[in-house]
Amino acid sequence: MAHLQEAAVKQINEICDRYANETTPLMMILSDIQKEYGYIPLEVQELVSARTGISVAEIYGVVTFYSFFSLKPKGKYVIGCCLGTACYVKGAQQVIDKFSDILKIKPGETTEDGLFTLDALRCIGACGIAPAVQINGKVYPKMTVDAVPKLIDEYKAGGIA
Amino acid sequence: MAKVNIKIEGIPFQVEAGSTILEAAKACGFEIPSLCAYNHGECSKASCRVCLVEATGARGLVASCVYPVAEGMEITISSPKAVAARRTSVELLLSNHNKNCQQCDKNGQCELLHVAQLTGAREGMYEGAKTPTTVDQLTPSIKRDTSKCILCGRCVERCKNAHGLGILGFEKRGFNTIVAPAENRSFANSPCLLCGQCVTVCPTGALMEVSELDKIDAAMKAGKYVVVQTAPAVRAAIGEEFGMPIGTLATGKMVAALKRLGFKKVFDTNFGADLTIMEEANELLSRVKEGGTLPMITSCSPGWINYAEYNYPDLLPHLSSCKSPHEMFGAILKTYYAKKNGIDPKDMFVVSVMPCTAKKFEKDRPELVNKDGLKDVDCVITTRELGKLIRRSGIIFNKLPDEEFDNDIVGEYTGAGVIFGVTGGVMEAALRTAAAVLTGKELQPVELHDVRGFDGIKEATYDFAGTQVKVAVAHGMRNAKVLLDQIREGKSPYLFIEIMCCPGGCIAGGGQPYVKPCFLPNEGDDILDTFRAKRAAALYQEDELKAERVSHRNPQIIQLYDEFLGKPNSHLAHELLHTHYNPNRKKFD
Repeated sequence: MAHLQEAAVKQINEICDRYANETTPLMMILSDIQKEYGYIPLEVQELVSARTGISVAEIYGVVTFYSFFSLKPKGKYVIGCCLGTACYVKGAQQVIDKFSDILKIKPGETTEDGLFTLDALRCIGACGIAPAVQINGKVYPKMTVDAVPKLIDEYKAGGIA
Repeated sequence: MAKVNIKIEGIPFQVEAGSTILEAAKACGFEIPSLCAYNHGECSKASCRVCLVEATGARGLVASCVYPVAEGMEITISSPKAVAARRTSVELLLSNHNKNCQQCDKNGQCELLHVAQLTGAREGMYEGAKTPTTVDQLTPSIKRDTSKCILCGRCVERCKNAHGLGILGFEKRGFNTIVAPAENRSFANSPCLLCGQCVTVCPTGALMEVSELDKIDAAMKAGKYVVVQTAPAVRAAIGEEFGMPIGTLATGKMVAALKRLGFKKVFDTNFGADLTIMEEANELLSRVKEGGTLPMITSCSPGWINYAEYNYPDLLPHLSSCKSPHEMFGAILKTYYAKKNGIDPKDMFVVSVMPCTAKKFEKDRPELVNKDGLKDVDCVITTRELGKLIRRSGIIFNKLPDEEFDNDIVGEYTGAGVIFGVTGGVMEAALRTAAAVLTGKELQPVELHDVRGFDGIKEATYDFAGTQVKVAVAHGMRNAKVLLDQIREGKSPYLFIEIMCCPGGCIAGGGQPYVKPCFLPNEGDDILDTFRAKRAAALYQEDELKAERVSHRNPQIIQLYDEFLGKPNSHLAHELLHTHYNPNRKKFD
């Protein structure tokens, strides 16, 4: 745990203590840590284990079971392309391929500059606006392959908060 | 207890309300094929789907291991639908299994193979992709092969229940799920105690000890002077490898077998245990006299040492510096014994038969290499491996005569040494000697019943010539933790604590014969509750049979000190018989 900063250790312990009275606090703790830091590496899992008494293997199991949790840092912008049935028949595969081509990463990976992470999502319940793309929670309806380069450029320029 | 009326196969029975169908059926004389049966529920419940039956009031087939009986329920085990469903469940388990049963060391004790035969699973029903395999054999103790894992989760539960640890857990999801230490690491890079409790419950060959039989072959072939020593707990269980009832004391036959296997000498580790008592009791007394770190804690159990190093490095000064008995014996064999018999210690090869997988790791510790670069002990095999060694050598164990251990100048032992193999035994043995030193006369009676039995934590206070000796005994790290936290908080009232890693002590160690009810038709249904007490009784029986029952009256121990070591805790004794611990072990390297 040597390379965790003191402030982070303190905050993670605080997050654990928030749920000290819960019978099954793990999901809530991990969820807060994921939101706060964007990922949950083993060092952090060890910290949670020491604070809660839940074994590291069990915590690791939960982190690797739910795709919401990540072991690696995610980019500043997380691009989620829906590949659910409706989006897929409307050409979502081509959209995600275009993101892949331009960013030079596969789904699940993060660009070297740490700016973008590309995720393939299953149905996000937005079939009416298929194919749907989500960037940090903001939804882009009826995406097209041609619109992809411009969208990336806008985020690169930092124009969209 | 309330009863309910049910029917099984159309026959009416009254059974305990609230019991599962599996339990109720067993009580009524039916054995529903299952993987978990009577394993104390140590598995991830109902995941294997083997024990499916038909039950009225239920939708579809139900998993009998979790489904409770209800008034008026009619249960059908033998219907074509239930039979086919159970068979399919096993066939599906086998479809993701590495089926190299011929080469598998678990063959003969494999519950999956057993249940495949019981359900009539057919060959090659479902072929296809398999979960990527991890084989971890980086530690000298335990091998993990996920290609044989059926994800029952017994090992996960056992590690938590025995030690409060949970080194193993379920990882990833769906088809990619595996049981592994965090990050699918090796046991070598996780804070595993290597105690082997997970191995004792694994139904298949996914978790097994790392075999060292080939090392014995190589040493014999190279013409080494190969000697063997056996731990006390081995004699109380080796008979089980050959179909004897649990609790059979098989000391004589075990010795006879070893003598037929080409070992130059067959010694009893109990000699080392007696030596340990001499050193440990005197270490305790000198700590009391000189204001050393107290309470002092025993150091015989290598799983416990691993636990202490990983989890309580700050408490390591509390541990006795004594090596474990077989290491002490190894050190004496390669010095005193070798010299007296004109053997070059470099040509000597010491094999220890242990009830333990952690001993395999212990013997390789750099702290246990002498100044000539020789290990005290060269090879550790488990009780189960000894069974294999005997079987493959064409020896009919059950027909052997009873023979005696070698004891030319070392090897004689007392009853105190024998009881090391059960929780409370080291404490009892040490107190027998400490009492004599403090009071100047022998303890009468010699038995100390307060420290016997299987309570998680036992405590007792003795008054030896005005010295109040308050002691505690814990087994299983879950229990040990309570005593250790007391010490950390400065609230420990004890002078001396015995800690054994495995619940029950060495008699139920990770290297002992498997206790699998499905392969023990002649044992009672409660065998998982009683086997520890049965094996312990065998050791207490041998203690009672010995003329000498206190370590300090072992004539060969007295001679060893007179001729070689000088006094307990002498300079030479420290060099050969004591060790130190590593406070810097990283949990996740």
